[in-house]
Amino acid sequence: MTEILGVPVAVILGQLMLGLVNGSFYALLSLGLAVIFGLGGVVNFAHGAFYALGAFTALLGMQWFGLNYWAALLVAPLVVGLLGMLCQQLLLRRLAGLDPLYGLLLTFGLALVIQGSLHQLFGASGQSYPVPAALTGAINLHFMFLPRYRAWVIVAAVATSGTVWYVIERTRLGATLRAARENGPLLQAFGVNVPLIVAATFGGGVALAALAGVLSAPLVLVSSEMGTSLVVVVFAVVVIGGMGSILGAIVTGLALGVIEGFTKVLYPEASNVVVFVVMALVLILRPAGLFGKE
Amino acid sequence: MRTTVIVYALVCLFAACMPLLGIYPVFGMKLLCFAIFACAFNLLLGFGGMLSFGHAAFFGSAAYATSRLVTAHGWGTMPALLAGAVVAALLGLLIGALAIRRRGIYFAMITLAMAQLVYFVCLEAPFTGGENGLQGVPRGQLLGVVDLKSDVAMYYLVLAMAVAVFVFIRRIVNSPFGQILMAIRENEPRMISLGYEINRYKLLAFVLSATLAGLAGALKALVLGFATLADVVQETSGEVILMTLLGGSATFLGPVLGAALVVTLQEYLFDVVGDWVTVIIGAVFAICVLVFRRGIVGELAAWRVLARRR
Repeated sequence: MTEILGVPVAVILGQLMLGLVNGSFYALLSLGLAVIFGLGGVVNFAHGAFYALGAFTALLGMQWFGLNYWAALLVAPLVVGLLGMLCQQLLLRRLAGLDPLYGLLLTFGLALVIQGSLHQLFGASGQSYPVPAALTGAINLHFMFLPRYRAWVIVAAVATSGTVWYVIERTRLGATLRAARENGPLLQAFGVNVPLIVAATFGGGVALAALAGVLSAPLVLVSSEMGTSLVVVVFAVVVIGGMGSILGAIVTGLALGVIEGFTKVLYPEASNVVVFVVMALVLILRPAGLFGKE
Repeated sequence: MRTTVIVYALVCLFAACMPLLGIYPVFGMKLLCFAIFACAFNLLLGFGGMLSFGHAAFFGSAAYATSRLVTAHGWGTMPALLAGAVVAALLGLLIGALAIRRRGIYFAMITLAMAQLVYFVCLEAPFTGGENGLQGVPRGQLLGVVDLKSDVAMYYLVLAMAVAVFVFIRRIVNSPFGQILMAIRENEPRMISLGYEINRYKLLAFVLSATLAGLAGALKALVLGFATLADVVQETSGEVILMTLLGGSATFLGPVLGAALVVTLQEYLFDVVGDWVTVIIGAVFAICVLVFRRGIVGELAAWRVLARRR
């Protein structure tokens, strides 16, 4: 087979597909962050913790109640989303009107509480979650065998992100959500329950993180630390894309996954840091971010 | 004013007597190192209004640099300490130049991401000892005379450095530079329209803060005799924020008090509750943000002002 820069094309394409899988997670997580920030004005540092909670809900649901994977895809985002709403109502609501930095600090504390508790209750070593029976095996793409489950992750992430984008940007519900951010008191005067909307958007963003957690459960070991470094990468994605844009978050997330996959082929040592290097370059060339409006 | 002098005198007296009071000197030194770290951080957050979520990068890189120079190249104590601070300063110049291109939450996220990059470099670079870190760092001698192997001698060196940093930061804040920095914190557009090159002030504040944070990290490496990944991880960046916030940002003594509280809490609570200490730290963080955003010293000062008005 042909080679590019001394690397077989098949290897490159293979890594790009795997990069796309990682990018799917970046896209889902940065989408959740963008929803929470764009509609709620909070930078959610606990996003990685909620992601881990989603995976744990799936794992414990299976161990304790025999909850299967497909049910977990629905139940985990629901449970974690409700927990997120609770956090918003009890804690974050009190910071309304203050500098968003306080929200960042509060959610950092929240992340420590959630991750520390998971660590204490379920141990430091990760636990594995089985791949659902319907998605075992692999698809022959001729240049590689793509595990069926990874293909599913890409499909699920793209479909979910697309739906969320459509709902927020193109429907009446989305318009109401955006109006709540734009001018809450005025919308409230029209008889809309704005505090509920703010709580629900936070819950929705958190639910997206939990969904990403369930999707990742069969691919990684489920542990309290699974979201710790991921959240930093997703923050970098958000800086690159500009946090105000829903579509920007999705596209940047996928693209960075692919770039990361490509780096794994050419210079594996740098694959952990390439996202941060891209962030630095974007900051030098276009400080407002690729999709930013500043 | 008089109260301030009395409080300073009491704190200094207590710090000077600490080894005599039967407090374990290594604990005292660790506390002082984190006090320097928090004061350095407060220069940026409290007086510059910039929240860095990546200060562990400066603390840790200096700890590594100093340890490496002492163990592998046989450098003396003082030159190695200075070199550690210089490494942190250069890193601060690089990261600061990037981070000040954005403000507020973006500034925080950029510093966090860049610190993560530094973490990965420390994890994989050949000169940092990977997961093990650099162990068995000797303290050496001070100016070829005083043997720093003695905990008491080392304690007074660290105390002298801490006092010097404290006085230095007070001096910076009370200088014209410090006044301009605080004015930028309060109203950036106005300072731009007055003709100040705000980015130069912000960058200088960032580099100064990084340098002093580096000094703290270098000292800590000598005190405890090792530099590990724990010095560069994001938890350490979070801890220094908590210290500053808990004690009171934009106050002089706040970070010192905050560092003392957090280090003591970690040290003693760990024996009682083990790893639950992370959860407790997180909860203190949340309570601090929700209930007393001015920090302990800040709230006390505000309360005194109120009491005087009555």
